[in-house]
Amino acid sequence: MAFKIDNHVGVTTAYRWRQILSNYVFLAPVVALNLIVIVIPSLTSIYISMTKWSGLNEPEFVGLANFHRLINDPIYWKSLSHNVIWTIFFLTIPVFMGLMGAFLLSGIKRFQMVYRVAFFIPYVIASVVNTELWRTLLHPRHGIGAWLAKQGIEGFDIRVFGSKHTALYGVAFVDSWHFWGFLVIVYLAAMYQVQPDLYEVAILEGASRFQRFRHVTVPGIRPTLVFTLLMIMIWSVPAFDYIYLLTDGGPAHASEVLGTYLYNMSFFRFEVGYAASIGVTMALITACIVAIFVILRRRGWEI
Amino acid sequence: MRWRSGRTETTAFNHVILFLLAVFALGPVLVLFLNSVKTSEQIAANPFSIPTEPRWDNYAVAFEKGNYVNTVKNSVILTAGTVIGVLIVGGMGGYALAHLEIRGANIIAFYFLVGTAIPIQLYVVPLFFLWKNFWLLNTHLGLIIIYCATSSPFATYLIRSYMVALPKEFIEAAKIDGASKFQVMTQVILPLSWPGFLTTGLIVGLGVWNEFLIAVTFMHHPDLKPVATSLRAFQERFTRDWGLTNAASVIMLLPVLILFLLMQRRFIEGLTQGGMKM
Repeated sequence: MAFKIDNHVGVTTAYRWRQILSNYVFLAPVVALNLIVIVIPSLTSIYISMTKWSGLNEPEFVGLANFHRLINDPIYWKSLSHNVIWTIFFLTIPVFMGLMGAFLLSGIKRFQMVYRVAFFIPYVIASVVNTELWRTLLHPRHGIGAWLAKQGIEGFDIRVFGSKHTALYGVAFVDSWHFWGFLVIVYLAAMYQVQPDLYEVAILEGASRFQRFRHVTVPGIRPTLVFTLLMIMIWSVPAFDYIYLLTDGGPAHASEVLGTYLYNMSFFRFEVGYAASIGVTMALITACIVAIFVILRRRGWEI
Repeated sequence: MRWRSGRTETTAFNHVILFLLAVFALGPVLVLFLNSVKTSEQIAANPFSIPTEPRWDNYAVAFEKGNYVNTVKNSVILTAGTVIGVLIVGGMGGYALAHLEIRGANIIAFYFLVGTAIPIQLYVVPLFFLWKNFWLLNTHLGLIIIYCATSSPFATYLIRSYMVALPKEFIEAAKIDGASKFQVMTQVILPLSWPGFLTTGLIVGLGVWNEFLIAVTFMHHPDLKPVATSLRAFQERFTRDWGLTNAASVIMLLPVLILFLLMQRRFIEGLTQGGMKM
């Protein structure tokens, strides 16, 4: 606003400009860091995805050949389908547990803090520790399954991470065990923003606990709920740690996701160009998720 | 009065389910602690038994064979370096976005939102070769720069949200007294928004201490590895020695757990705000 007034006087305008430019000095370090580490390598990746490159020789430009190869690569599609399963898994089980935990917590006062801390602890533990912990617990001969078998309950002493039928779900289970407590805390914070009189009215009208949850709590926390669903979808695209540490995508790609497939492709099979093309598709998937969210919001969906 | 009795019944139900959920969350962690003072045979016999003669020796052996003196030092360097770097960079950026006239501030805020959504796999490979050319591979500095960059959007945003809440009058008063922008930042804003810096530092520090993917990609020098990736190597070396690997895991977990229990309000506030309020 002050700009237009200053325009009458040359010297002041120059001074104003210097003032505004000096503001950017404060922003420069964070912008420079992001450019060097994230933005420029991301853009370089797009170029690398159009080359054949082992990381050692000179990259050879091959146009869209890598993407053509992707379309015909059954392991790529398998990995992508595992990412979809992973996303659906996280959108349902941890979200349900998070909502349930938060709703029950919102109904009590005593020990609330103790429960909150208890649920949150797995979230602050490192992936290397959590995977070690569950590898021991789910070990076919030393873990829970073997212990149950000794008590006469057979059928659980299986190799969860070694069987191609259970590996993906086993890893998703461990990762969601680490994650759901975070959702409890997020949903609980949102539930405290819901008007308390809405609950009082519901109780007066004889609404059951479930009806109150369904018709007061869920609509009341809807923006937060939708936002966590969006974040889960975005975070599921680069899923890596727990899979890499527990199964490394195995056995026979049974738990392979895009993140592990790309990683092994570039750092162990030295097909850097091809790996970059996988990375580009991952970014496109994320962009689509964000775009759909933005479009729905523009269309007036209350999300 | 009937209403009252109905109400106690209600919370009893809540407590039963919540207790079961707490057992689900903490039970496995408790088992990890129990097994960390047992032998492999004792774990194989019954993974849930209470150790009768705790083998504290597991910790001494794990600490020595895992070379924890070195790896803890490395992790402390990485964590401290990143926290200091990100608080400086994020503090300046947060101040600019909160209190200075920035044209295109919307674009930058939008980048911070979208930037955190960019999958790391998109840029990790070119970054690897870039770091190789800059001689930053296998150095602490190289890792610290990456960590600073990846956590800076979150840090800037969180610090900004604390600074926006400060009363404008303080800043105006300082300006009238002739303070420069830099002086306003260091002498007015910083002392008032330190809780934001503390929270941000804790969250960023936790992330660096636990981080795996970047560390395993950019640090191959065995003497410079942080706790996380050398614990992984330790687990692979002693796959059959459950007691030992569990003890090694507890050593990594313990500092985090203690700090979290001491400052859980700040951790929870920062993690839920930073993750969700973007």
